[in-house]
Amino acid sequence: MFPELNNLLSTTPDRTEQGKLTLLCEAKTDGSFLVHHFLSFYLKANCKVCFVALVQSFSHYNIVAQKLGVSLTAARERGQLVFLEGLKSSVDIFFRAQEEPQALQFLREESTGNLQSLYQFVRDSLKPVDSGETPWKFPVLLVDNLSVLLSLGLGAVAVLDFMQYCRARVCCELKGNVVALVHDDQDAKDEENDILLNGLSHQSHLVLRAEGLATGFCKDVHGQLRILWRKPQPTSRRDRSLTYQYKIQDKNVSFFAKGMSPAVL
Amino acid sequence: MAAAATCGAGVLSSGCVASTAGRSSTSSFQRRTKASGADGGGPRLLSIAGTRPSVRNGQLLVSTGLPALDQLLGGGLAVGTVLLIEEDKYNIYSPLLFKYFLAEGIVNGHTLLVASAKEKPADILQELPAPLLDDNGKKELEDIHNSKTPEPDVSMKIAWRYQLLPKMQVGPVSSSRFGHYYDVSKRIPQELLGSSKWHGFFLPEHITSDLKGESCSLSGDYMKLLQFIQNIIYTEGFDGSNPQKKQKNILRIGIQNFGSPLWGDDICCTENSDNSHRLTKFLYVLRGLLRTSLSACIITMPTHLIQNKAITSRVRNLSDTVVGLESFIGSEKETNPLYKDYHGLIHIRKIPRLNNLTCDESDVKDLAFKLKRKLFTIEADSSALATIWALGDLLR
Repeated sequence: MFPELNNLLSTTPDRTEQGKLTLLCEAKTDGSFLVHHFLSFYLKANCKVCFVALVQSFSHYNIVAQKLGVSLTAARERGQLVFLEGLKSSVDIFFRAQEEPQALQFLREESTGNLQSLYQFVRDSLKPVDSGETPWKFPVLLVDNLSVLLSLGLGAVAVLDFMQYCRARVCCELKGNVVALVHDDQDAKDEENDILLNGLSHQSHLVLRAEGLATGFCKDVHGQLRILWRKPQPTSRRDRSLTYQYKIQDKNVSFFAKGMSPAVL
Repeated sequence: MAAAATCGAGVLSSGCVASTAGRSSTSSFQRRTKASGADGGGPRLLSIAGTRPSVRNGQLLVSTGLPALDQLLGGGLAVGTVLLIEEDKYNIYSPLLFKYFLAEGIVNGHTLLVASAKEKPADILQELPAPLLDDNGKKELEDIHNSKTPEPDVSMKIAWRYQLLPKMQVGPVSSSRFGHYYDVSKRIPQELLGSSKWHGFFLPEHITSDLKGESCSLSGDYMKLLQFIQNIIYTEGFDGSNPQKKQKNILRIGIQNFGSPLWGDDICCTENSDNSHRLTKFLYVLRGLLRTSLSACIITMPTHLIQNKAITSRVRNLSDTVVGLESFIGSEKETNPLYKDYHGLIHIRKIPRLNNLTCDESDVKDLAFKLKRKLFTIEADSSALATIWALGDLLR
């Protein structure tokens, strides 16, 4: 986790809000550093994490997490982390006959399926232990990323349904958190993606939007992060929003106010 | 930390040794003690010909066949990733990059897998450019470094902003080990071809008129190609799961003109294609196959023909490295005096961040290429840069 981002979000691993949906959005830049942040953050906060990793392999996340001070293999072995490696299971589903239903079962289906099998996987992995005594604080679902599901033949409505089920289960019933990354291609007119993004933005409590700079590539400022705190229920208080620029380093991401990059000053 | 880490079934780092692994184990590749760079300091460093570890994170890299492009991509193409070449409008220059990639594989002794719907793989291999021998290679390097004016028969070179950056360097590794130069005016010698190992997938040979049984929600053609690739990877042991075969070589996969109507896909013909997800699903599963094997893939795709721009952006998001070629033929830039030395622009749209938060993006974003009589060079578009600074952005 990045300490500076924790300060901006006013959270620490010991004191986090529960029952929240956080939407991560990347537009014209790579927003995966946010995923790495939340993964290591919730593991350090002693939560049970179900990570649906559709984009990269386990070793990729593991190596980056080690730089941030968390070992994913150790977390997996002690049962704190349930890791679904999308790339590997897609190969298994396609080339090896599977008996029991898999999490990514929709890959085998011809018509636009639904994510019921994936939801069942999430539900089973975050099931509270019957004995009642669990060392983990609350469950967290982390998805990287939802736009890939659209590329795999699902419609935006199916993905929104899946998120609705997960939110109902994890946020409302189990008082946990859900974090999901969605890609935003502003130029490309991807309507399905826009539906997904707008739908999730309205449901989420916190939106973190990593954008590339409008002026193009810069070596010292890699992008801009917009933080938006939302209240899904309409209240009189307005939503609070902050914008920072950031630079990604090897083990850390530094944030600064717009135009205040150390390289410029 | 590095010594104790295990590589999961993922993108490989230097020092990974392919070991037999059951399907239940999490990692096919165990990382042994990490050695320092290319001098092989570790006790059991696996060294595959034609690869080198990345200086940034120890990622195993292969050359794309164009040392200039290797530098732009941060040292080379990472093993286990997909390089997407967005074809130029008349498909004149992208086959060159395709052939460079394959020729590099032959020179390094890698196994090739060539897939095409248009040409027979054997014909494609016959047309590969000839590698420049070491003595000539060194001579060409000297020519490139010393020449200020373009010579009539100098190859494509990448020159950076002259004042700020050093002249193109091949890197600490000598050109005979990683990244070679090729002469497009000559064909690859037959003895090199004969000694190489390759597999070809020519789509018309694999078409059956009826799709039987489960269709697996991919179009028949894409499914067959995927199965062909998976079969080669498994039977030749590139993923370390075959107990009989222990492979210590790289598989270079090249797929040409992917997504064009010849592959049975209509995304280039109509905007509202019903099966638009078949291509993206193929790319996803291909990526899964590559991540768990010692292979690297180049795909050339006519993205300028894809009617629905959403598909183009999805394809780009699913590929690890994306390079776009834009040739000046037929456009107004052909007569633009600023571009008279060049044949087109090259856009590095995406570079992967593998095992890392950061990536090696180059500072120069305006790059142009030219195909001289023998070689293909990439240059920082310095004339355009100067004009942009002076007059504003009139070129876009």
